[in-house]
Amino acid sequence: MNFEFLGDNFMSLTVTGLTQGAIYALVALGYTLVYGVLRLINFAHSEVFMIGTFVTTIVWAGLGFGVGASAPGTFGVLGLIALAIVAAGAASGGTALIVERVAYRPLRKRNAPSLIFLISAIGASVALFELVGAITDRQPRGMPSLVQPKVQFTIFGADITNLQIGIILSALAMLAGLDIFINRTRLGRGVRAVAQNPDVAALMGVNKDRVIMLIFVLGGMMAGAASVLYDIKVGLTTYSVGFLIGIKAFTAAVLGGIGNLRGALLGGLLLGVVENYGAGVFGNEWMDVVAFVMLVVVLLFRPTGLLGESLGRARA
Amino acid sequence: MMAVIDSARKADESRVRAVTGLRDRWANLPYGWRISVLFAFVIFLYALPGLEIPLIKTPDTDFTSVLFLCAVYVLVAVGLNVVIGLAGLLDLGYIGFYAVGAYTVAILGSPNSPVVIQYPWVVCVPIAIAVTMVSGVILGWPTLRLRGDYLAIVTLGFGEIIRVFALNSDITNGNRGITGVPVPSEGTWPEWMDWFPGITAGRPIFSVSNVIGFYWLALTLVFICMLGVRRLERSRVGRSWLAIREDEDAAEVMGVPTFKYKLWAFAIGAALGGLSGALFFSKQTFINAQGFDLFTSILWVAAVVIGGAGNQLGVALGAILLAYLPERFREFADYRLLIFGVALIVMTIFRPQGLLPSRRRKVELEDRAKEGAVGE
Repeated sequence: MNFEFLGDNFMSLTVTGLTQGAIYALVALGYTLVYGVLRLINFAHSEVFMIGTFVTTIVWAGLGFGVGASAPGTFGVLGLIALAIVAAGAASGGTALIVERVAYRPLRKRNAPSLIFLISAIGASVALFELVGAITDRQPRGMPSLVQPKVQFTIFGADITNLQIGIILSALAMLAGLDIFINRTRLGRGVRAVAQNPDVAALMGVNKDRVIMLIFVLGGMMAGAASVLYDIKVGLTTYSVGFLIGIKAFTAAVLGGIGNLRGALLGGLLLGVVENYGAGVFGNEWMDVVAFVMLVVVLLFRPTGLLGESLGRARA
Repeated sequence: MMAVIDSARKADESRVRAVTGLRDRWANLPYGWRISVLFAFVIFLYALPGLEIPLIKTPDTDFTSVLFLCAVYVLVAVGLNVVIGLAGLLDLGYIGFYAVGAYTVAILGSPNSPVVIQYPWVVCVPIAIAVTMVSGVILGWPTLRLRGDYLAIVTLGFGEIIRVFALNSDITNGNRGITGVPVPSEGTWPEWMDWFPGITAGRPIFSVSNVIGFYWLALTLVFICMLGVRRLERSRVGRSWLAIREDEDAAEVMGVPTFKYKLWAFAIGAALGGLSGALFFSKQTFINAQGFDLFTSILWVAAVVIGGAGNQLGVALGAILLAYLPERFREFADYRLLIFGVALIVMTIFRPQGLLPSRRRKVELEDRAKEGAVGE
């Protein structure tokens, strides 16, 4: 127990936690969207994220920025990141869509119980990560350090780097965009309608299958964006990278109230921050334990998560 | 594409009808016949390490060790079946209980553990079962009030917590692990067992180099536990579990104390998991946190559902496939998990009820499919 360390580094732990939490939140959106509409834990979402991390490195390497390449100017870096977000988003969204078509749709047509969906999802997850594992020879893949962490300013003794600001801001921007999309647009209204009551929504002329495809693609794109941020932050990826991030992101989604977009944001940030405090107090190796214990405690007192579950009533 | 799927499904259904016919014929056989056939099958299982059957032997690993692994996995599956197949609770962190059982035996029985007491195996195992039962209740008490999907993530978290604890705590010796996990008995094979292939009189019954003793012990425990669970299944407790699985709210309304019986399912499942962990690591004689990754736990759930959740023979088959196939087909080591993943998806589409389904569950699934067709 090392509370002194926590007190001394409170702000910097908070900022590191928020950075980590922002990535959790983006991945958590995928779980939350799918759960909100289908009441289904998309176990394969972690691999959707993993595919994104690899596509990012492939795109960068393809443009001549392999491991050890020096970073281009500021605009060059921004361009590379934007390009990677588009590419990884497309790849992850596409993967999510394939998973939906192959693993879930046949089961949905027969109204299978959720346990069967879960097994199919586990199968998709195992197949995807083993496939990538076989392709990459189970070797980790490095990438160029595009962004050199540079201290921008200091709050209460915590050095805030450009990297942290960038990750948190871009995650917030994407979350805000998704929130507006779900709450303000016509397609978003369709999503909320199907989440509330699929059958009635179908009667009202909402194409249920199209909405379901849409949420898988949206969730996948968010995971793709998260994977780019993760790559920049960590600088290394392997085929098994999705598992832990996936579990953490799912925890975040449940923590905030699964099926609730803003809950995913809150849950992600909170999880990131609290597990960093926990790591500060008990040591790094206990980080995951702190995260799960917090989840159990929160669920004890608020069984539907902090903000409650419901995509349908997201505006209320 | 759809036509292919449909014709495959039709072929599968006619096969299922044939198997069901076989089942009925089996049920109509005279009692004496059934008992003798079962008895012969049991003898066959005990004799398996000594038989020279071509094609089923594992080329790269000791066949008896593989059989032992199968038996342990069947025990795991029988326990997990109580939780998933009977009570319908999704436990993704079952390996946590397996670890608790194994570590209890190691810590209490090994001369190299941080705890000085050194109980013999026969004392350690009941304690291990009790400890895992208590851990099941501790985990279940706060979480079983949650809805099913939340239970999945909380149990997953539990499995991970146990692993991290085993990796970093002092009482488990951290990553160095504990050597000298006690074996069930120090006895040696008697003279009159010498005829069995692989057994030499005077050698220890339970040793790492010759696991026939372990295999027979595991097999015996499997039979005892299967019979026990079968009795439970047909008792008041078992009926309550089925009611909870099929519709928890309806069960509660009909006067079934759902929380109490869910807790029982958790505790009994945990106890069986603890027993299998204790058994497996007695054979290994060494234990560290490496053996308890969540992925294995998830594969167990898959094995139970693939085999046929709710039916003991089904889950046993699933467990045997999970343990045996990777050992038999070592040459495909790089791709076996990939094949497994694809097989899971294909299975859920064609046979969501599992390879050997429980009859009741199969009817449930068919009902749901009909309801779904109306809703579409």
